[in-house]
Amino acid sequence: MIAYQLSVFAENKPGRISKVTGILAKAKINIRAITISTSDEFGVINILVDDPKQGYKVLEKAGLTVSLKEVIAVLIDDKPGGLDKLVQLLTEENINVENAYGFVLESWKRAVFVIDVDQLDKTQEVLKRSGFETLNAEALSAVEPFHYMKY
Amino acid sequence: MYWEKEIETIPRESLLELQLTRLKESLKKASASPFYGKVFKEMGFDPSQFHSIEDLQSIPFTTKEDLRRNRPYGFTAVPKKKLIRVHLSSEIIDDRALAVFHTADDIDQWADVMARSMAMTGMSDNDVFQNMLPYGLLTGGLGFHYGAEKIGALVIPAGVENSRRQIQLMQDFETTVIHISPIYALHLSVVFQEIGIDPRKHTHLKTAFIGAEPHSEKTRDKIEELFGIKVFNSYGLSEMNGPGVSFECPARMGMHVWEDHFFVEIIDPNTLKPVSDGQPGELVLTTLLRQGMPLLRYRTRDLTRVIPEPCKCGRTHKRIERISGRTDDMMIIKGVNIYPSQIEKKLANLPGTGPNFMIILEREGLNDHMIIKVEVQKEFFSGNLKQLENLRQKIIEALKTDIPITPKVKLVEPNTLAKIEGRFVRVIDNRKDLYF
Repeated sequence: MIAYQLSVFAENKPGRISKVTGILAKAKINIRAITISTSDEFGVINILVDDPKQGYKVLEKAGLTVSLKEVIAVLIDDKPGGLDKLVQLLTEENINVENAYGFVLESWKRAVFVIDVDQLDKTQEVLKRSGFETLNAEALSAVEPFHYMKY
Repeated sequence: MYWEKEIETIPRESLLELQLTRLKESLKKASASPFYGKVFKEMGFDPSQFHSIEDLQSIPFTTKEDLRRNRPYGFTAVPKKKLIRVHLSSEIIDDRALAVFHTADDIDQWADVMARSMAMTGMSDNDVFQNMLPYGLLTGGLGFHYGAEKIGALVIPAGVENSRRQIQLMQDFETTVIHISPIYALHLSVVFQEIGIDPRKHTHLKTAFIGAEPHSEKTRDKIEELFGIKVFNSYGLSEMNGPGVSFECPARMGMHVWEDHFFVEIIDPNTLKPVSDGQPGELVLTTLLRQGMPLLRYRTRDLTRVIPEPCKCGRTHKRIERISGRTDDMMIIKGVNIYPSQIEKKLANLPGTGPNFMIILEREGLNDHMIIKVEVQKEFFSGNLKQLENLRQKIIEALKTDIPITPKVKLVEPNTLAKIEGRFVRVIDNRKDLYF
């Protein structure tokens, strides 16, 4: 299953992250994970949210340069060796990871590792074959540890 | 010192008479070129009906754009076999420079004005002249070379040899006069220091000619101080030969334009009407003697003013002030002319870049830096940092061919570059004389 990550192009200067989080907060969109990759002068803010399509809409409307990027969110065990099992598999299959980050769903039980790979189809197939569960946007919302009320 | 005293000190009335005679000839010569032939025909102008200098006002200006559209041979007024030399302008338009053609007589007359210019500063056949500008397509190297040979000086065609070699040549041959770009002169003084030679004491230098780059009076003072020499400023452009259009005399209060070779007008760049002597405006030049490629009322885009008072050196040819700016957005970086439009065209060919960009010029010590901020196209962004980095590299590669320094490229978000009065600011030039 494919998940969607919001990627925002931002110059490397103060105030760029708060602009993004401010817009998302106002739209009541929950951020599950955020990472930032930068080069010298500019960077990309990667955000995993509960409602990526809506997130894309509000960021775009605010004039930001945003793209909806396909990523794979893999469910792993939150215990020693949980991540290693996944990464070893990717190495064996010669899959290159462009960007990755993780977050815990339930402490000591489950975590999510988000990977951005160039060979999306192959990776999905490999994961499925090896019994890894992947989550799409809806599933990511559904596995919330507590229900998040939108009001 | 006079090279041709009679013509250099010719009374104004006689000069005007001479100009009228030569202007008539020049118009006749020009009419043989495809471009002016067509222009004259369209306006029903007959060069033989040209009676007074005021009649020149009826002839349209010639612009760089005209040269571009009619290159390469649209302005040549003699059969190709009469042409013996082509030089290129120091700017690239549409990936190519503008060409200027010369006959044997043209080259000889160019050498004449150069000899006159250099002799005016006191240079003679006793001097050893080291010419430190590039020889080749641009005009600075060969222009000075021919003039110095005409004077009979011993010429060292040093060109772009490295700094230590330049200093070695100066010492071996006891160079007395140099032709050098102002920034390079400052750099060379650092090299002198590094190898522990004081150019004021351990060389025979006495005079330098500087040009090719804009510089301030302060820079000149600094070079004089560092080398212990007299520095003379000059002005020229490849469309009018190159160097030798105007030169400073020993009074060093403005540059004499050799009016027996060039007819001078200063116009208001907005109304295109002539301004009176002393008023600032755009310099417009007409060749009076050139045969290969006569140019009429050529808009130089350089801003200056005529100094109305007679010069105390005794020469009667009009003086112009140091060029104060441009009427267009041309930038001069390391002696190379660059227009923002060149950069715009290069960017337009690169997918991913938006239509907006901004050039920032900085000077750090002796080095010029160019920073180009380029807006990224919204649709191009795929969320990949690598993709952006690749785009940045591609922009640098594309621009490198036109620009003598490697630009620093910054990618910025769409619609974030500053506008002033609704227009994009293309160039911010922060280069100041930082040395002093």
